[in-house]
Amino acid sequence: MNMDPSTQTSAAKAAYDIRWQRILDCISLKQPDRMPVALYSTFWLAKYGGVSHKQLMYDYETTKAIAERAVLEFDPDVISTLLLTVASGRCLEAIGFKQLQWPGHGVGENQPFQYLDREYMKADEYDEFLFDPTGFYLHTYLPRVAEAFEGFAELPHFAGLYYFGLVAGIRRFTRPAIRESFERLVKAAEESSRFIGHHVQFQARMASLGYPCTNGTTGVAPYDFIADYFRGATGMMKDIFRNKDKLLQLLDKVTILLLRHLIPNAKASGNPIVFIPVHWAPDAFMSAKHFETFWWPSFRKLMLALIDAGLVPMPLWESDCTKRLEVIKDVPAGKCIYWFERTDMVKAFEVLGDVVALRGNLSPSLLTTGKPEEVDAAVKHLVEHVWKPGGKLILDAAFGLPDETPVENVRAMFSAARKYAG
Amino acid sequence: MNDTTEREQQLVDWLADMNEDDSLSLARQMLLEDDKDPLRVMELCRMAMDIVGKRFEEGEYFLPELVLAGEMLENIGAIAKPLIKQVPGEVAKKLGRVLIGTVHGDLHDIGKNIVSFMLDINGFDVKDVGIDVPVKTFIEEIKDYQPDVVALSGFLTLAFESMKETIAAFEHEDMRGKFKVMIGGGQIDETVRAYTGADAYGRNAVEAVNLCKNWLGAAA
Repeated sequence: MNMDPSTQTSAAKAAYDIRWQRILDCISLKQPDRMPVALYSTFWLAKYGGVSHKQLMYDYETTKAIAERAVLEFDPDVISTLLLTVASGRCLEAIGFKQLQWPGHGVGENQPFQYLDREYMKADEYDEFLFDPTGFYLHTYLPRVAEAFEGFAELPHFAGLYYFGLVAGIRRFTRPAIRESFERLVKAAEESSRFIGHHVQFQARMASLGYPCTNGTTGVAPYDFIADYFRGATGMMKDIFRNKDKLLQLLDKVTILLLRHLIPNAKASGNPIVFIPVHWAPDAFMSAKHFETFWWPSFRKLMLALIDAGLVPMPLWESDCTKRLEVIKDVPAGKCIYWFERTDMVKAFEVLGDVVALRGNLSPSLLTTGKPEEVDAAVKHLVEHVWKPGGKLILDAAFGLPDETPVENVRAMFSAARKYAG
Repeated sequence: MNDTTEREQQLVDWLADMNEDDSLSLARQMLLEDDKDPLRVMELCRMAMDIVGKRFEEGEYFLPELVLAGEMLENIGAIAKPLIKQVPGEVAKKLGRVLIGTVHGDLHDIGKNIVSFMLDINGFDVKDVGIDVPVKTFIEEIKDYQPDVVALSGFLTLAFESMKETIAAFEHEDMRGKFKVMIGGGQIDETVRAYTGADAYGRNAVEAVNLCKNWLGAAA
């Protein structure tokens, strides 16, 4: 009899429930039976599986097979969205995505994709975005970020069309550039459906083997959304001085826009955890005053709205956020996971241990250049100074496994977790 | 004279305090209406940048202030530079030469650009060789430019290996002893410095400037 590969046996269900309960316990600040360990990877799977970065991005079946092998070898408590994170090559190509360079499209076959920091929205376009976000997206933003949308620049301005003017206004849809955009978008959407189908299938397969996923959906901080995807790094830094009032207005507005996606997406996924990589919070990136004016208020509002909706925000505080700890502590206890990249986890535990679960944070330099015994010692350090004193720690690398991590160091990470923390 | 000095100080203060509109307007007035020596105006800008650098070191200023300072300086420079009368043989003395680039495989440039800017305003000659720079290009550029310091930048973890390869190539080319090598970027720490064989690493642009000043005997 052929069994559906995503059918969960009762043994697998029991294993799944035990693993997931460890995460839920951490979130609600109860001590689980052992320290959970997460397997989060992007292009490290290429090293592990002996394939190129390009294959990982383009070959759904190969990527799923490698990811499954890694999960079964390391037996983590939770996994990341292993396929979704890397296998987007066909989709990016279909839509002609301009904000990334990826293997075969700007970088070599064995290099990770890299984001292109540019001004995708100009400083003098705040008013347009604020007045009519959808119009700004259709005519200006989308054509800038993906080739498939380029024809949209010629679309009519829908708002304001009425009666016979509306009937006449639609004739622009006959324009070749607009037709071409729609034709290309349908093909891109078909690829996107295949991609997400593989992702859903992979997650179901992992669940059938007893492995829950750390997050159902991924979000972004309102400030980072504008900085990364619209204004670019230096544009945003100048806006803090030159366009501060408009920036504050836009932060308010995009918080609502982001929540309109995040809450239904997270609920549809069936997993309450919302992963939010945080780019612009680090100590070095802005003063405490700027942080508390521009960065934190909209992000806190977003997190509280997620919590109100029964969801669990899991920000990954990139780089070193030690000086922010007292500020970011201002959330309800037992509702969030704070993942830290370079912030000293012991210090984070001291300040936040009674408010949030923690995740992280073996250093990338250690994992990529260190020896297994050094990885072992680093895990032991976290166990002794965070886990054993009562920290609700989910062990992980600083930002998942660096792509270059030797496999023996990953083995050392997982075996040390079991050795020192159950 | 006192009045002029006060105005000069006003420009320095406004620049250092991130008052962009007033400082640009005053600088424009000095240069275009008062016929003030453009070299003197640029000197005032440099004094302001010293204050900005100190405030950065003291934790009062951060990247946004450095970026805005760079913009203000560029805008004033754009007015001042065409007015500077070249005197034959009079070349501003520089503290040394720094060649900077992002190592191969890595396309990031924000940190590198800020370090370049800070080195420049602190009196170094800087040659920026760009991003995703192959080892061979570094070697050729170094032979041509003869820098005192080579600065390797990288944000991704793949940069660890690229930096190591690049520095190993300096050894192979027998040029490693001719300049200092500093590295920097989001993930760089002492472990990576030791791994790559660099002389030092800097956590930010001011540390990069201080490394160069110390190496070239120009400690502030």
